[in-house]
Amino acid sequence: MSGLNRQQMADAVARRFQDGWIVNLGVGIPTMCSNTAITADIIYHSENGVIGYGPLAEPGHEDMHLVNAGGQHVTLKPEAAVVHHADSFAIIRSGKIDVTVMGAYEVACNGDFANWKVAGALGGGIGGAMDLAASAKRVFIILEHTQRNGAPRLLTRCALPVTARGVVKLVATNLGLFEPAGEGFNLLEIAPGVSVDEIRAATGAPVLVPADLKTIAV
Amino acid sequence: MARQSKVVASFAEAVAGIEDGATIGFGGFAMPGVPFNLMRALQEQGAKRLTCVANTTGGAAQPRMPDIGHLVERGMVAKVICAFTAATRASDELPFTKYYERGEVEAELVPQGTLAERLRAAGAGIPAFYTPTAVGTELAEGRETRMFGGREYLLEAALPLDYAFIRAHRADTSGNLRFRRSQRNFNPVMAMAARVTIVEVENAIEPAGSFDPDDVHLAGIFVHRMVVIPPAPDGIWPQMREPRK
Repeated sequence: MSGLNRQQMADAVARRFQDGWIVNLGVGIPTMCSNTAITADIIYHSENGVIGYGPLAEPGHEDMHLVNAGGQHVTLKPEAAVVHHADSFAIIRSGKIDVTVMGAYEVACNGDFANWKVAGALGGGIGGAMDLAASAKRVFIILEHTQRNGAPRLLTRCALPVTARGVVKLVATNLGLFEPAGEGFNLLEIAPGVSVDEIRAATGAPVLVPADLKTIAV
Repeated sequence: MARQSKVVASFAEAVAGIEDGATIGFGGFAMPGVPFNLMRALQEQGAKRLTCVANTTGGAAQPRMPDIGHLVERGMVAKVICAFTAATRASDELPFTKYYERGEVEAELVPQGTLAERLRAAGAGIPAFYTPTAVGTELAEGRETRMFGGREYLLEAALPLDYAFIRAHRADTSGNLRFRRSQRNFNPVMAMAARVTIVEVENAIEPAGSFDPDDVHLAGIFVHRMVVIPPAPDGIWPQMREPRK
């Protein structure tokens, strides 16, 4: 039971993007949603005001004035524009981001998620996550299905402090694609080689399985 | 009578007179637009009990560049107001963290868009505003919210600065600035929120009129002191970060 690798998880999410969407990708696995042929006609928005960035710069061709929100040296598409930080978040708060894809420590079937503070920490790393989570049209989460010790990350209620409440529309893990559905998670698609029983054993909330369960294409 | 020049000869002169207890905003995001030279000069200037406003306290990436953590290590900082008071990756530790955990410095954690808008509001004469960000989270506990159109919003206050430290690509003698690519980030809103804006400039200061007025990113009325960054090693220039494992 290992299921999808990181790129396959990102690809499973990116297949849900629609042409012309304005998309914001968080650091880590979500960044990999842009590195695929699946997402040709997307406008990528970065918190630091870069709108319309393209693939990562080739080694030796990095522009020291140009990074995305993850600090990666990216390139610009011909349609690109740059705005300052307040305007960048005006774009976010006014609901113009079609989807934000983020990592998380926990996600709950009521649509809450937690990704800014770990247990016992005094400080936290919010960045733009709370603004994006509150105001993007859709919040998609990508995370490993369990913690390293096997404890579930998909829960009935978040134990960690939440980033936003009731906003998550899609969850991709190494085991499948899920939709928070109030009292449980709808299993939308299952990773190849993974069983429903394995998913149920690894999930801290009820898992609802449709009669015509699809397998994720890899 | 001619106006006094905004151009100063050294970083030390640029940060001279910053008082103990001042609130200073540091522009920049990741590498681009960070006023590394002014931050290093401030370490030497030595003002105490500062409140430091920035996206992050810095110091998680290598090579380490001048950051708020250095000021904390020198005992110059009373409080930070940032969107990150811990590293993006939970496995990283910021230099600032151990001082925070020992209670030697106070921290106010603010969502990044709220931080930008609090600065924008300060520069726009708006004392406070309502935002949907952070509603229902730990950050909103015990604070004023209000319903508009059936949705709950959190009241946030403007964040005025005594000083803004910023970095720009080009400047003219009147203080009109241009930024390049993602160097812009927080820099214009920090400058507008500040009583005194100090700029480190990457190119020689150009005569007034060098930019078409339509192409000015930040008007010179928001700029008070400028200093040209010398070539390395005297000046600090962004470097490639070491790749993460």
